Amino acid sequence: MNGASCAAKISTQPFSLNPTSPASHDRPLVSPKPASLFLGSTRKLRLSSSSKLNLHRRSGTVVAVSDVVKQKKSKSTHSLLITKEEGLELYEDMILGRAFEDMCAQMYYRGKMFGFVHLYNGQEAVSTGFIKLLKQQDSVVSTYRDHVHALSKGVPARAVMSELFGKTTGCCRGQGGSMHMFSREHNLLGGFAFIGEGIPVATGAAFTSKYKREVLKEADCDHVTLAFFGDGTCNNGQFFECLNMAALWKLPIVFVVENNLWAIGMSHLRATSDPQIYKKGPAFGMPGIHVDGMDVLKVREVAKEAIGRARRGEGPTLVECETYRFRGHSLADPDELRDPAEKAHYAARDPITALKKYLIENSLASEADLKAIDKKIDEVVEDAVEFADESPVPSQSQLLENVFADPKGFGIGPDGRYRCEDPKFTEGTAHV
Amino acid sequence: MGFRNIIGRRLGLGLVRRRKPFSTATCDGDGNGNAKSINLYSAINQALHIALETDNRAFVFGEDVSFGGVFRCTTGLADRFGKARVFNTPLCEQGIVGFGIGLAAMGNRAIAEIQFADYIYPAFDQIVNEAAKFRYRSGNQFNCGGLTIRAPYGAVGHGGHYHSQSPEAFFCHVPGIKVVIPRSPRQAKGLLLSCIRDPNPVVFFEPKWLYRLAVEEVPEHDYMLPLSEAEVIRQGSDITLVGWGAQLSVMEQACNEAEKDGISCELIDLKTLLPWDKETVEASVRKTGRVLISHEAPVTGGFGAEISASIVERCFLRLEAPVARVCGLDTPFPLVFEPFYMPTKNKILDAIKATVNY
Repeated sequence: MNGASCAAKISTQPFSLNPTSPASHDRPLVSPKPASLFLGSTRKLRLSSSSKLNLHRRSGTVVAVSDVVKQKKSKSTHSLLITKEEGLELYEDMILGRAFEDMCAQMYYRGKMFGFVHLYNGQEAVSTGFIKLLKQQDSVVSTYRDHVHALSKGVPARAVMSELFGKTTGCCRGQGGSMHMFSREHNLLGGFAFIGEGIPVATGAAFTSKYKREVLKEADCDHVTLAFFGDGTCNNGQFFECLNMAALWKLPIVFVVENNLWAIGMSHLRATSDPQIYKKGPAFGMPGIHVDGMDVLKVREVAKEAIGRARRGEGPTLVECETYRFRGHSLADPDELRDPAEKAHYAARDPITALKKYLIENSLASEADLKAIDKKIDEVVEDAVEFADESPVPSQSQLLENVFADPKGFGIGPDGRYRCEDPKFTEGTAHV
Repeated sequence: MGFRNIIGRRLGLGLVRRRKPFSTATCDGDGNGNAKSINLYSAINQALHIALETDNRAFVFGEDVSFGGVFRCTTGLADRFGKARVFNTPLCEQGIVGFGIGLAAMGNRAIAEIQFADYIYPAFDQIVNEAAKFRYRSGNQFNCGGLTIRAPYGAVGHGGHYHSQSPEAFFCHVPGIKVVIPRSPRQAKGLLLSCIRDPNPVVFFEPKWLYRLAVEEVPEHDYMLPLSEAEVIRQGSDITLVGWGAQLSVMEQACNEAEKDGISCELIDLKTLLPWDKETVEASVRKTGRVLISHEAPVTGGFGAEISASIVERCFLRLEAPVARVCGLDTPFPLVFEPFYMPTKNKILDAIKATVNY
């Protein structure tokens, strides 16, 4: 984690992701011929060192964020990027994310939670790097891989675990489950099972913030919205529609792509004509940045600038974080398709290990400090599980609540009474 | 002909409901001995292999189909027929179906997979506005009959809001497409091959609960089952039950229980929902005088409403009791509350008794 390498350049990686290389990590793809139309992108992922970051310079409206960060970096190669407090906060948040997800896996295999559960192991740097810079009133919109986004945003581990167990004390009263974490208090707008569905929602939330500031004249309203989504989503129509709207209306939003190279079993390189997602930003008139998503400090630097831009009213940014998920797509995914060499490559770049190393080498924290945090988090997670276990299961009447604003919206039954008042409406008996 | 009951891999415990497979007392298809006991996804896989073998302009595409698909229905196709005919698409349902319509319009057989029926809504526009109306508005110059859209639908015990929906009713409201739902492996293979070869665009919903659970003797050769023909899978005289897909196994259990109380139930598998076989259902209702429809989708506006209205129109004076519908509740498909939401065996049994004793 050296300060010298620029966060905004394409991160140089010894592992070649060139799809034309014969050491293919995708089965059953065999042919190395670059000309075949069906192999997906024929572009190399690695750029030359004079990196063309393709930020079209329009007259002043689009700031070349990467250049700004580049300059900062070259001046401060030896000064530290974070203080001790910040470092410990980042470490604690990432450890919480990791420990929580590992506990989820345990609980799933013990049958305490069920359904489709998607774990975030390996991607903690992105969540921590971005969300820890936000205020409570800033909004976050996530995907189905949302447990750690919820935790970083401040939703208590107890509430998230209860939600996973399907209990009334969960953040959505047990109705949403793993893929639908919402919190009004922490402005977490979900949890979307369907890819890309959250991006327009985030765009609307960002519009509200700008409206409040400019039309309703709440001058101190500078709330920012972050939309998190994956590489597969970047081929979906909703993504492009929202990039256009956000740039058109200069909305205070940051689009964060968690590019972990895989959409279940679809390799990003074989699904995308131009796999460099950050380039899609300038096409719509906003800066596009690529950052090493396994390094929380680099992510944080880029996030600071992007969120700062949005707060100042300068418009949206597209940030592509190159990251990796250590586990399969979901707990039901056998994860057979990814090359073990690729997995090992990224496992060696575990963001938590890297941050730990940085903290210790720069004397920001001692081993003892970090161990204390580990222990504290273990207790938090254990407590969350106990709490969730002991919480009550929702009663049957909750099934009808919240379909409409007023449960009487179900109308009148054949007996002339409101259906929602008829106990048989939810119990197992039939009505002829 | 009965078959084994195999409980497949349980993805997590919790509120999993057991379903027992049902008998196919009158089954179509073959008489020869070349049949193997396979499950639903293998039957569909066989159908796809045959479809691609017999037509070199047939394509299979969708999300993750290349490695076999998340339900293994497309295993081995990419290896056997090559990446030019079996390929993954990016994550864009609207694009997938629209692209399929284009392929079909140029004379190819496009077999598009939508990973879960819950994800079919972005493609709804293309299906309703383009696929259904292509032949009509081009005056028969072009058609997309070669298009077949396959999607796993229905509850699976732990799917929650977006992995359990039954959207068949939305599509049954569109003139110009066909909607087909198989109940078992043998049916699935024959029906899928018919759908692929039918000169109209077809939406084929596969009951995901049965992918591993339903096991049956399926002939290995190429065979097709007729569309728009309902099948009486259990004879009876007191009440007619109409259903499709995985719900039939639940209804069969209810029928068995009702039998113990002396109620003789006739069970019909619609197989094709659009256009549906009114004659068979009507003939059965004329025999019994009572009808009960059951499906997982919410009751209001579900396909049961169409069946009910048609039967009342045609058999009003013969009916001894109101048409009963035992369906999902009018809520989004719940996560924790799935057992309360579903039209269970007990709910159906209660309705059978109430109807018979009306």
